[in-house]
Amino acid sequence: MFTKSAALADLLLGPHGVDRYLELIRPTLTVREARAVVVAKRHQTARSVTLALRPNAAWQGFRAGQFVPVGVEIDGVRHTRTFSPANAAGNRRELELTVTLRAEGRVSRYLREGIRPGDVLHLGRAQGEFVLPEPPPGRLILVSGGSGITPVLSMLRTVLAEGHDGEIAFLHYARTRADWLYRPELETLAGRHPNLRVRYLATREGDRHLCAEHLGEPAYAAVCGPPPLIEAVRQLIPDVLAETFTPPSVAGGSGEGAVHFTLSGRTAGAGDGSLLERAEAAGLQPKFGCRMGICHTCTCRKQAGAVRNLLTGEVSDAPDEDIQLCISVPAGDVALEL
Amino acid sequence: METAMLTETQIEELGQELDALRNRVVADLGERDAKYIRNVIKTQRGLEIVGRALLEFGWLPPAWLGGTAALSLSKILDNMEIGHNVMHGQYDWMRDPALDSKRFEWDTACPGDQWRHSHNYMHHTHTNVLGKDRDIGYGILRMSEDQPWRRRDLGNPLYALLLALFFQWGVALHDLEIDRIESGEITWADKRDILRATWHKGRRQVLKDYALFPLLAGPGAPFVLSGNLTANLIRNVWAFMIIFCGHFPEGTHEFSEEEVENETRGAWYLRQMLGSANLTGGRLFHILSGNLSHQIEHHLFPDIPAHRYGEIATEVRQVCSRYGLPYNTGPLHRQFGSVVRKIVRLALPGGAGRPTEPATDRDPAAPEPAPELMAA
Repeated sequence: MFTKSAALADLLLGPHGVDRYLELIRPTLTVREARAVVVAKRHQTARSVTLALRPNAAWQGFRAGQFVPVGVEIDGVRHTRTFSPANAAGNRRELELTVTLRAEGRVSRYLREGIRPGDVLHLGRAQGEFVLPEPPPGRLILVSGGSGITPVLSMLRTVLAEGHDGEIAFLHYARTRADWLYRPELETLAGRHPNLRVRYLATREGDRHLCAEHLGEPAYAAVCGPPPLIEAVRQLIPDVLAETFTPPSVAGGSGEGAVHFTLSGRTAGAGDGSLLERAEAAGLQPKFGCRMGICHTCTCRKQAGAVRNLLTGEVSDAPDEDIQLCISVPAGDVALEL
Repeated sequence: METAMLTETQIEELGQELDALRNRVVADLGERDAKYIRNVIKTQRGLEIVGRALLEFGWLPPAWLGGTAALSLSKILDNMEIGHNVMHGQYDWMRDPALDSKRFEWDTACPGDQWRHSHNYMHHTHTNVLGKDRDIGYGILRMSEDQPWRRRDLGNPLYALLLALFFQWGVALHDLEIDRIESGEITWADKRDILRATWHKGRRQVLKDYALFPLLAGPGAPFVLSGNLTANLIRNVWAFMIIFCGHFPEGTHEFSEEEVENETRGAWYLRQMLGSANLTGGRLFHILSGNLSHQIEHHLFPDIPAHRYGEIATEVRQVCSRYGLPYNTGPLHRQFGSVVRKIVRLALPGGAGRPTEPATDRDPAAPEPAPELMAA
């Protein structure tokens, strides 16, 4: 019934579709596009912001540990970054993001300074394999470093909300005490759940880095944080469930760099010419038209890496941006959806 | 390439000046442009809803008139200032999927994908090149004295009238290249995908405007039907007029394939300036024309937001005058009058003859352009 009336509505409201009209009444009224309104904003530390969001009905939810593409519009341009929610999965009307400011991070700066309650964010589909098995193992070790706390906190909150009664060790590492995230919340949880053991460590203020003594008895472990932390856990618990953040690639200025074509699995080594020419040299046949940057026929999704626009000199270095192949050259390694 | 008026170096300088102008605008794009297009969209969607709602009460004459007017305006805005411009990639920099040139669809029979090919690539790359730019006469009309006359061209004015009345279908079937099928160069089978896509899109449009919305009105169906038909017709004629004023008024130049071989970026710019013509008018007129009234600026910079064309027009005009190039502009009645005269005259064998009045509003300080500006 719903799909039939939706098809009829799309025909009547075609070719734009029902969301393009609903959003004019209220941006979060869309039925196909997931969006969320910012309901509260607070700062746990000097370098972070915690946003409480209320997703609309189109939001499909997430599994604890997954990340979500979040789109925010800054000066007319939609920027999309992925964040792992920190709240318990299950309630689709709630989403909590804690974002740590990155140097030169345009989006994190905007989320920290520019955004206001009432603003609307765009949500993509939750992704990622950093999730606990179903049902969760009886004994758990949850380890995080820095801003990696959010997905493991989501795991903790989720299993506790589901009535988990096995022993859980929650370890969090940050450089200084001032960087500790969610300490009061964790203490409250520990007070309420005798099976939860919480430990916060400040590695630049005398606390030790991760060691066997911190982990205690071996158990099923999940860790999210910088690569050295993951490595340290893996030394002790080889089959640990782990996730790290991929640092953004640094944009160089030249046309050098390998170009990976992800759909075809091909690669073009270092060389000359536009990305269109290099794709063709690698045996691909991307669609093209004018070959001079005016017709936008060769527009292609760049999944990772940096490219420079030959007409404007502008560098695109964020993941998942559309670029024009015929007037772009790589600035470092690039992954293209071709 | 040497022209009668500009040296190769001058053409390159011209190109660099225009590139610099383009980069200045691109660097300045932001919130203001996003707000502008979203306001236009809001207005269009509002007009559409009001128009369709009023037409459901179309048995009341004021409701029919108001509804038809609102729906006509909605379709004009949708096709011209929104659809045409969004599909050019003018708002791709916003990275809003709803304004993505690759995915956008408009409220007309022509599928966006075909338009992107026939217009963004074919027409904008090969502008006014005889034998390559299919917008010269849409494969139906004789629009240049350099197109050999055939007996069927006697019907030129009639074909033009029909094209104007059914313009959305003319545009939809543009990529069918009916003249090439007729001449046996290609077959219907070559165009199966085009036909299928047009059928799919056109059917939805017909179903919506001529069946579903009328049926919603029950006994009022004939009024909705006639209102929708009228709105589509008004949009068709308006779009035809604006588009034909872009390249066919007296004074615009055509080019041969040999002339544009190994063309530089500067020479491409020059061809766009010589082959396009503007329309003068007020702010509302420009918006309703999709800012194609700034055809010259549009052809120089097809992918910068169209509401910026008016802002850079003075500068483009100054560039033209500095290089002694014509800047073809005039009010709609004059430019369209000259297009109509051309259509009628070219129904008969021979050339276009002399214009009865000067159609080009030229800077008096600029030297008269040579008849063959791009002569090798």
